[in-house]
Amino acid sequence: MSDKSNDKLSIVLFSGTVDKLMAASVITAGATAMGKQVTLFLTFWGLMAFKKAAWKTNTRFSKDFEDYAKAAAQAMQAKKVPHWLDTLKQAMEIGEVKIKACGLTMDLFDLKLADLEPVVSEVTGVGSFVEESSGGQTLFI
Amino acid sequence: MPAINITKESDARGSFCPGPQMELIRLVRAAKVGDVLAVLSRDEGSRKDIPAWIAKAKHELVGMDPFEDATRFICRKTH
Repeated sequence: MSDKSNDKLSIVLFSGTVDKLMAASVITAGATAMGKQVTLFLTFWGLMAFKKAAWKTNTRFSKDFEDYAKAAAQAMQAKKVPHWLDTLKQAMEIGEVKIKACGLTMDLFDLKLADLEPVVSEVTGVGSFVEESSGGQTLFI
Repeated sequence: MPAINITKESDARGSFCPGPQMELIRLVRAAKVGDVLAVLSRDEGSRKDIPAWIAKAKHELVGMDPFEDATRFICRKTH
């Protein structure tokens, strides 16, 4: 579908709050729908959000807008907004999405690939991520 | 309503951005060349996103018709 081989979007997912995870997953879905190859590099709290089953209990919300947290959670439930992890899985069905875990964070918290949701395909270092993302757009969320 | 023969339609009115667009992509992928696919969407973003995708994927936008509280996006699979 894509005209250019370098039609790619890379996202450094640092935050593990639900609002930002949602933003990252929707941008990923929209980009894959438009034919971009998307790579997510999970680091620190973004990686912690992908620990197995963490999505079931994670209700963290951005501190700077915490006064909205309750209303946002209620609205998402009432309007049946898909969970951010489901949105990511849909994006993976539509197009090419790679989800990679930061090696440093894995070491810091003694994590193995098996401790993460199966959508995460590999552990990688920042060097290879930067190399792979060069030439495309990169977002930090 | 002009006489367009819609091969398959999906009701994505409960779906949020970019859900309806992704639904159309699924329909087009599963269809045969020449099929006409339609998606119902209430998502405001669809009005820009769906025509943009159809143009980029080089299919044909047959119509964007108001339907009840939504819009029916109609696309012909051209290749």
